[in-house]
Amino acid sequence: MTDTTMSAPSRPASKSSRPGTLALLLNNTLATSGLVVLVLICLIALAAPILPLEDPDVTAPANRLLPVFAEGHLLGTDHLGRDILSRLIWGTRVSLAVGLSATIIAAFFGSLLGLVAGYAGGRTDTLIMRGIDMVMAFPYILLALAIVAVLGPGLLNALYAIALVNIPFFARNIRGITLGLSRREFVDAARLSGKSPVQILFLEILPNVLPVIVITMSTTVGWMILETAGLSFLGLGAQPPQADLGSMLGEGRKILFTAPHVSIIPGLMIFALVMSINLFGDGVRDILDPRLRAGSLTRPVSRTAVHRKADDIPSPSEKGGVLDVRQMRTEFEIGSSVYKAVGGVDLNLKEGECLGIVGESGSGKSVTAMSIMGLVPTPPGRIAGGAAYLDGEDLFAASDRRIRDLRGGSVAYVFQDPLSTLHPLFTVGDQLTEAITTHRPLSGSKAREKAIELLSLVRIPNAKERLSAYPHELSGGMRQRVCIAMALANDAKVLIADEPTTALDVTVQSQILTLMNGLRRERNAAILFITHDFGVVSALCDRVAVMYAGRIVETGTTEEVLANPRHPYTAKLIECVPVLGEPERRLDAIEGRPPVVNNLPEGCAFAARCPHAQAACRAGEIELEMSSDTRGVRCLFPLNSGAAV
Amino acid sequence: MNEISQKPMDREALLTIRDVERIFGGGRKLFGGHLPAVHAVQGLSLDVKKGETLGVVGESGCGKSTLARLVVGLDLPTSGSITFNGEDLAALAKKDRNALSRKVQYVFQDPVASLNPRKTIRTILEAPLKHLTDLNADRREARLAELLQAVNLAPEFLERYPHEFSGGQAQRIGIARALAAGPELIVLDEPVSALDVSVQAQVLNLLDKLKDDFGLTYIFISHDLSVVESVSDRVAVMYFGRMAELGPAREIFRHPLHPYTDLLMRSAPAPGRHDLMSEDASAELPDPYNPPKGCAFAARCAHRTDICVAGKPAPDEATGGNDHIAACYHPLGKA
Ligand SMILES: Nc1ncnc2c1ncn2[C@@H]1O[C@H](COP(=O)(O)OP(=O)(O)OP(=O)(O)O)[C@@H](O)[C@H]1O
Ligand code: SF4
Ligand code: SF4
Ligand SMILES: [Mg+2]
Repeated sequence: MTDTTMSAPSRPASKSSRPGTLALLLNNTLATSGLVVLVLICLIALAAPILPLEDPDVTAPANRLLPVFAEGHLLGTDHLGRDILSRLIWGTRVSLAVGLSATIIAAFFGSLLGLVAGYAGGRTDTLIMRGIDMVMAFPYILLALAIVAVLGPGLLNALYAIALVNIPFFARNIRGITLGLSRREFVDAARLSGKSPVQILFLEILPNVLPVIVITMSTTVGWMILETAGLSFLGLGAQPPQADLGSMLGEGRKILFTAPHVSIIPGLMIFALVMSINLFGDGVRDILDPRLRAGSLTRPVSRTAVHRKADDIPSPSEKGGVLDVRQMRTEFEIGSSVYKAVGGVDLNLKEGECLGIVGESGSGKSVTAMSIMGLVPTPPGRIAGGAAYLDGEDLFAASDRRIRDLRGGSVAYVFQDPLSTLHPLFTVGDQLTEAITTHRPLSGSKAREKAIELLSLVRIPNAKERLSAYPHELSGGMRQRVCIAMALANDAKVLIADEPTTALDVTVQSQILTLMNGLRRERNAAILFITHDFGVVSALCDRVAVMYAGRIVETGTTEEVLANPRHPYTAKLIECVPVLGEPERRLDAIEGRPPVVNNLPEGCAFAARCPHAQAACRAGEIELEMSSDTRGVRCLFPLNSGAAV
Repeated sequence: MNEISQKPMDREALLTIRDVERIFGGGRKLFGGHLPAVHAVQGLSLDVKKGETLGVVGESGCGKSTLARLVVGLDLPTSGSITFNGEDLAALAKKDRNALSRKVQYVFQDPVASLNPRKTIRTILEAPLKHLTDLNADRREARLAELLQAVNLAPEFLERYPHEFSGGQAQRIGIARALAAGPELIVLDEPVSALDVSVQAQVLNLLDKLKDDFGLTYIFISHDLSVVESVSDRVAVMYFGRMAELGPAREIFRHPLHPYTDLLMRSAPAPGRHDLMSEDASAELPDPYNPPKGCAFAARCAHRTDICVAGKPAPDEATGGNDHIAACYHPLGKA
């Protein structure tokens, strides 16, 4: 989304620290150089009337074909003795004007058709799109030629022809976008607000399509200039003596060998013009694309950057365990602010154990999970401190190669959305066998056997037949089971599951939970299970860690924490869950919102929402106080502490 | 008991749905033959009484949202009738959309997606006031302030854009928009499922308060049984486009008649609950393009007998007390 101008009274300061549109564009050297060249050409073309140029159309047979740098003719003269520099500048002016006008005409009509077709749908859509298809069925230049043939040669007619043949391009692009937008909920909402279809189309949808129209224009204007030049080159566009880049090229062609500069100069100009426009257009597209905006225009690397001080690496804890995370900190640097998404997390997982991480959205659960195997995108993310030990091996110090081996091998992930993990164009079998063979050298048939075994392990009926199914042919629950099968392909020691059942229906969720519970008992795998649902934790986890603003605020065995929460946040969080069979229970909401992690308050992050907060809570670090081996709470005045009551 | 269940018209019904069916697809192809058709909603009859909250539960794809869209007139039934206060809704929607929108409003599942990213909150909230009411500019301004107050948002939010809001705040704006024109019935389509539990509780409490303050009637759609139980007076359980069970919330949750309702309840995780009921992995939803002849739940049902497979049970095949009905030949608790 472009940075819309806003005049909200108290806009969060973090907004302004995001790089602006212009800053982003200037960051892209290619686009910037395109812009510079383009501006230069445009300025010169615009200034043509006031520049000390000869009349471009005055012939002087005596001065025919003067070479470049001739006296009084910087770029020489053409076969009629006209000054090439003058013709070049005036010709560029014409070409630019024609290209731009054609683009605007094509964009206007094409977008209009696309908008109407996409929004109206049904018969209107079919009618418009079949018409467009018919136009597109003819080879492009042939159609333009035919139109000019009918209308007669001339610059204006060439303009119409070029505009016309480009309408389908716009119409198709815009229709696609409009179609998607018309199904969006805000369009339904506008209908229910009493807006008429015309108002919806032009006041609700158009503003959202506009960036796409601009992008399409910026990427096509170059081609349109080229096409106009093409028509003029064939003698169908600009008529003599008017200069335009195409006709200059055409005239020079006949004497290409005797006086090459006559055609090479306009050719170079066309090249420079089209090139600069396209480079700039691509830059504009990249910037208007919201996905590219957030993380500047650099490519994320395949592993999270690690920036920690060499003398500040915590050693493994005495508890041992398969996975031992110590004081892990992960930060995102966006613009000038640093978001401390994970602020010193300790986790410890033993074989066959399931640890649940619970917390509200944005509390840093996913970032914690992804940091362990370096899956947080860099930029903007980085691991700023701490260590993660897998069987004693420091994962943040391991080589990229080693991490690649471990990912999907000893440590496997299951994500919330199975469709984003599975490739839509490969069968389940292909993807499973690939997951198997990347980690060990098995023959095709062996791998296939193993794949069938895995599918039956996750209780997919007819495992053999299902191998040739594509992901979209499976139900949501089956897809998630396939993802779990992939995660188990290489006998993972640690399974990290990030809300694997959130998108599923309750009955399917209970199947998956039962399945995971069985698997960890059979295979002795440790599970790190991330969820926001205490009910799910109860069903599966031995221990639970509650996260708030990037830190663990309470940890303990699931029974203890649920029955006797000690941190006020945990208590509140449990209270706001509606429980089946207790409809009378008043839901006790937590007022306010979690703090934003780029500006954490001093002391307890929960203080602003805590009913027990006191002055001491707002000063200094509060440690996670461990009262037993497993139980700990990060609070100065914990609840139910016996002595305090 | 049976008598009451067959004459629900006795009570004051705000919305009456009779034998409603909505079929998607099924048109003719360009070159002969029919396109496959899906019955999204089938043989659905129910009443919504004035001032109540009717909860609708069911799993994804069971037709909950289709039902919601039919009620607000965003979609029209293929057959059957929906009447609002005695007026035919489909006719009303065709004749004067806005008249319908003045009476029935909708709150969307995805709070952020239901707000146009390029409009300020003021523009979004003003739209229904402009198009559905005849308030002048001053009165509109006053109404905006009232609305924001009602949903607990600070007035300075008016000039901001949707992406600056959290999910809970965005959903409050969606609720304010639905309230703007003073509707009688609001359809809430999974209004809290995109929200965190803490925020969910805030929004549920808010909805409760608004209902009292403005004398509203709600249709509350959700896949979360515990949420539905905590807000509803009556509950409708849907399965595969049909009504599986309908009755007072208490009855349904204490003594479910339909095996599907029972399965839903036993699958729902709750804090402190370890033993989730889990079916066989082979339990699959029926194919919508090739619907079973008998009870749609038969493939997953432990109580299935031959009659279940032979023909569909009527919506009120089984009855309990207080208008409690279920589409099942062998209801639970009635051996
Ligand atoms: N790629 C990213 N770029 C910038 N900030 C990010 C990125 N990913 C996460 N964050 C920030 O890190 C913090 C923690 O996010 P995280 O995704 O871990 O939350 P979560 O607890 O998993 O929430 P949810 O329940 O919504 O999944 C948030 O403030 C988030 O905005
Ligand atoms: S430290 Fe203080 S503010 Fe924080 S949770 Fe404990 S009592 Fe509340
Ligand atoms: S009708 Fe038969 S198959 Fe269907 S739910 Fe009842 S017992 Fe089960
Ligand atoms: Mg997450």
